[in-house]
Amino acid sequence: MNVLEEGVGPLFMDPDPDKAREFFRTKSRAMVDKRMSAKEAVERFIPDGCYFATGGFGANRIPNVICHEVVRQRRKGLGFSGHTTTHDFQVLCAGRCFDKLDAAYIVGLEARGLSPNARRYMQSGEVQVADWSNYALAARLRAAAEGVSFGLTRSMLGTDTFKRSAAKAVECPFTGKTLCAVPALWPDVVAIHVHEADMYGNAVMRGISVADYELSRAAKHLIITTERLVDNSVIRDDPTATSIPFYLVDAVVEAPGGCYPGNMPYLYFSDEEHLAEWMRVEKDPDEFAKFLEKYIYGVDTFEEYLELCGGAKRLEELRKIELVEN
Amino acid sequence: MAPEYNMMELMICVAARYLEDGKTVAVGTGAPCAAAMLAQKTKSPNLVVLFEAGGIAPQLPEMPISVGDSRTFYRAVMAAGMVDTMTTCARGQVDYAFLGGAQIDKYGNINSTCIGDYNKPKVRFPGSGGANDFASLCWKTMIMTVHSKSRFVETCDFITSPGFLTGDGAREAAGLPEGGPYKIITDLCVMGFDEKTKAMTIESLHPGVDVDKVRGETGFDLLVSDQLGRTEPPTEEELRLLRDEVDPLKLVIGRA
Repeated sequence: MNVLEEGVGPLFMDPDPDKAREFFRTKSRAMVDKRMSAKEAVERFIPDGCYFATGGFGANRIPNVICHEVVRQRRKGLGFSGHTTTHDFQVLCAGRCFDKLDAAYIVGLEARGLSPNARRYMQSGEVQVADWSNYALAARLRAAAEGVSFGLTRSMLGTDTFKRSAAKAVECPFTGKTLCAVPALWPDVVAIHVHEADMYGNAVMRGISVADYELSRAAKHLIITTERLVDNSVIRDDPTATSIPFYLVDAVVEAPGGCYPGNMPYLYFSDEEHLAEWMRVEKDPDEFAKFLEKYIYGVDTFEEYLELCGGAKRLEELRKIELVEN
Repeated sequence: MAPEYNMMELMICVAARYLEDGKTVAVGTGAPCAAAMLAQKTKSPNLVVLFEAGGIAPQLPEMPISVGDSRTFYRAVMAAGMVDTMTTCARGQVDYAFLGGAQIDKYGNINSTCIGDYNKPKVRFPGSGGANDFASLCWKTMIMTVHSKSRFVETCDFITSPGFLTGDGAREAAGLPEGGPYKIITDLCVMGFDEKTKAMTIESLHPGVDVDKVRGETGFDLLVSDQLGRTEPPTEEELRLLRDEVDPLKLVIGRA
């Protein structure tokens, strides 16, 4: 296959499928109790310098409970990938936890505007970046899930997004046409927030799946955070609903409200007032430092943060908004 | 007497008219979503709306705030995933997509990544998101934006998403499938692209606007279509649907 052009962006992770297979060869297949706290999951599976990715899209169905814990434990030097990461990106920027980034959509919170603090961090020159499109990142994860070294797309070609990525334009061996080859990405650790999981990690996501099928299968280590812990028999009663089987999973964290202030489909809408507060306080670094002390560093758990934000009462209000009960 | 309207309302009504019935459109939040919803309520009831995160043909109860929030798959036919929507584009089943950006050049290339040096940018924006994929893979892309010299520039600091790249034949040479920018709808005019050179061309001036005004707000030489038209202002019915049914909270139309 002829390589026609190469992006100059950094390639942070090895795309060799045999190295990935060696890892997965010894990953436990035991159906055992994997329940633990968010604190323990981060201590065990997210060391400094590892490559991390989050599930969901925007502020929707994000594992915010893990993002807070990563910041609280002051993780540094992480790699991170973001296809439309918004509030999760904002939280990790608050702790300056990563310095290597595969960016597809960062800094912004969609219709809510740009995060002032995330912009400061990204404009500091301290982060090594490769740019991609959302689909290119998803295709990288899909290739990893398939156990091959690259995926193919027809996007990114001809643009600076391509130049600043680590993709290669290649000649199709069948048609001679130009395609964009994107390297497989096996993150060291991934966190995905779901609606239901049993203690072994069999997990059910409702609503859009974004790229979480691909992401869960590409993950070397997978932390499942779940709104509800259910008995294994509930999973077995309706196996069609299972999107993630247990052998992909390393940790199961019970975390009702674990996506807050994001939107958890069918359970609670995003807390737009609290997200607006994040955006407002970020304008002033001193005020933002106090805000982080109050909500992240000064509490022991995500549950305490939830309580500070109104707890069960607030989640109930957000549930009514979610269900369009006006 | 002609009804009064603001520029955002005009842009949404004009965009909606370009969305043909029975076609598919990939939208984001804000004005593009409003245009698609208005099109469904006027001449294109069978317009299929897709959201990149996986929402397929929802019955939107209100404006979404995120391309992946619950509204984007409210009473949808399917809550799919990003690979599903993007491969639908790649197969050639998505007709229109809306894009946005900080800079646009005369070939409709878009910058939504950064201003200044890439490694230490003066301003870092979100990047491509799904925009590069839509611009590469959908048949016709559209942009709704305010018209200004800082936005319509000779050269983008960074080409995030492809228009016609360097002009006629450049997309094909880069390996991109057929497609590219179709209409750019601003607060001053509607622009298309010259068939031969693929350069941006004024096609229709909004009421009260002349060619000099548009050129004065554009950072490069604009062509003028030899069939230059005058934009039809929003009708009373369009405005009623837009204000009462599409955006009653004025989340988008209130921004004008």
